[in-house]
Amino acid sequence: MNEVRPMIDVRGARKAYGPLEVLKGIDFSVARGQIIAVIGPSGSGKSTLLRSINHLETLDSGEVWLDGVLVNQRLPGRAFERHINQVRQQMGMVFQHFNLFPHLSVCDNIAIAPAKLKGVDKVSARKLALTMLEKVGLADKIDAFPARLSGGQKQRVAIARALAMQPKVMLFDEATSALDPELVDEVNLVMKQLASEHMTMVIVTHEMRFAAEVADRVLFMADGTVIEEGTPDELFTQPKQERTRTFLRKFLSA
Amino acid sequence: MQGLDFTVVFAYWPLLAQGLGWTVVLSTTSAIFSVLAGIGFALLVLYGSALVRYPIRLFMWLFMGTPLLLQLFLIYFGLSQIGIDIPALGAGIIALSLHFAVYNADIFQAGILSVDRGQTEAARSLGFGRHRTLAYIIVPQAVRNTLPAVGSMMIALLKESAIVSMIGIAEIVHSAQLAISETYRPFEFYLTAAVLYYILNLILEAGLRRIEGKVELSR
Amino acid sequence: MDTDLILRILPAFIQAAWTTVEISFVSLVIGLSVASLLTAARLSRLAPLRVLGTVYVSLFRGTPALIQIFLLYFGGPQIGLQLEPFAAGAIALGLNIGAYMAESMRGGILSVDRGQTEAARSLGFSRAQSMRWIVLPQAARLMIRPLGVNAVALVKGTALVATISVVELTYTAQRFIGSTYKPFEIFAVTAVLYMIMVYGLTLLIGLLDRAYAEEV
Repeated sequence: MNEVRPMIDVRGARKAYGPLEVLKGIDFSVARGQIIAVIGPSGSGKSTLLRSINHLETLDSGEVWLDGVLVNQRLPGRAFERHINQVRQQMGMVFQHFNLFPHLSVCDNIAIAPAKLKGVDKVSARKLALTMLEKVGLADKIDAFPARLSGGQKQRVAIARALAMQPKVMLFDEATSALDPELVDEVNLVMKQLASEHMTMVIVTHEMRFAAEVADRVLFMADGTVIEEGTPDELFTQPKQERTRTFLRKFLSA
Repeated sequence: MQGLDFTVVFAYWPLLAQGLGWTVVLSTTSAIFSVLAGIGFALLVLYGSALVRYPIRLFMWLFMGTPLLLQLFLIYFGLSQIGIDIPALGAGIIALSLHFAVYNADIFQAGILSVDRGQTEAARSLGFGRHRTLAYIIVPQAVRNTLPAVGSMMIALLKESAIVSMIGIAEIVHSAQLAISETYRPFEFYLTAAVLYYILNLILEAGLRRIEGKVELSR
Repeated sequence: MDTDLILRILPAFIQAAWTTVEISFVSLVIGLSVASLLTAARLSRLAPLRVLGTVYVSLFRGTPALIQIFLLYFGGPQIGLQLEPFAAGAIALGLNIGAYMAESMRGGILSVDRGQTEAARSLGFSRAQSMRWIVLPQAARLMIRPLGVNAVALVKGTALVATISVVELTYTAQRFIGSTYKPFEIFAVTAVLYMIMVYGLTLLIGLLDRAYAEEV
């Protein structure tokens, strides 16, 4: 694994909001096709770390590499705009609050990026949207509007929207945290399917069980640093750090 | 006192109908310009450089704090005194458009800012640049959200358009005044003018309600 | 910027501004009175009164204020009303703004939580009593801002009486634009005076609003 270039490579990520250090020099990498779960208490910096991968958060120092390309390059204004837009097209992000576009139908939500950014024509874009929707099990909702969908359905559409751009990686920011419990499974199912297709994924989550099932490696973060990392087996059954143990105790005993 | 005789109005119906036509043309044109300019001003104030923001804010402040009639006089009479001669119809449209553009800009500003941040994040993470995000995702939503408020402005515009009669534009009030100059029956004709505006108002309100209904459906 | 000119015309403009203030004040008093009557009518048990109130508001809000002024001033004599320009203007504006203020009052009353009326009635208050002691006091606070917006609109609306030769700010501005050839200086002076009134009033309303804000 060491000779092959990692898909995502974060080196020395640091970020502070004034006096508050949110990321204290994090290094981590994700190999192609690998699935990483990031767990930890609120305020640990895990969301910030995830969002710095597609530059929704800017690092104070450190580097983020996507498949050999430096994401957070220092470029002059317009050049940076062009660069970051290009890079972002290669990454898919799924948000806790879905962020579907309410004024567009499900089909348009999925088709708008391929159509406007990649010049895909209307007919092909609709076909693409249908394919994506079939993947997430919502083909019949193609012309519905987001307001009429349940939370689980909205999130699945959001996943389809991200997938339509054929990204190299998928980033999940607490994708099921805002869902009613009975709607969580349908989303997890889609994520498991993606995992089985060897999509490179970074999943920030509160769901330990799901993380254990799906992830190749788990990172435990607290207070802006990675406290421990390992395979799900290693981390969940034999945590090395006391901090990890305390955290897991709270969750697994629930 | 003179008795009231509404039958005189019928003889002048063609004249009044023409005035009605001009009111509709004038109001519609100004309404469209005021919405487009309003979006433009709002975007410039929110996203423009300081060189552009401050003058526009000053302009908005000026136009919101002074009467439309004064602005109309400035554009028509005032400018002609320094050599800029704008025909009456043009001046009327410019004054109405600018006056209401400024109020619309205020509404749009709030509308754009109230679109959830997550929308921008989703669009940006798909790879949309700043301008496209605004064009395809933010502004369409802001316009939909502010439809009721802008609709009210358009209704106000229709009524305020009566003012341009003062610079000789042949709309409803001016036509009524022509009729009055021949018949010496101001009450009958001004009342008729009021009725015409009332009907236009009802039509506009109904139209706006339909548009709002359609927008709601697509939510 | 011809500052000499500005200094020379200032007295006339201050005088005109004062007239604007006078008209605004009279119209506001008329408007508030009319609005209160209309609101009482619309809350009445008697259907005819309610209809009358609604019709009045619809007519006065649905037609241009300019026409209402012309109707009263030019058309008034035909129905026995010979009014001076100032009076005609102030009354017409007052009747007009009264309709808008009635809507603001209605809005304020409607935004008082229904539960308040329910609580009052279940304590034994009559309709009138719950309105008087429970709903209206709360509505009054909620009305301040919308009524303030109406008042500011009125101050700007006084410009319309220039068309019937009342010597207020806009009339004076028009006169001086015609006689000097310095439209921008005239506009500057006029604009400043209007803005002092408009934004001054806005500030006042804001203070009033905050003073009576709910201490939750």
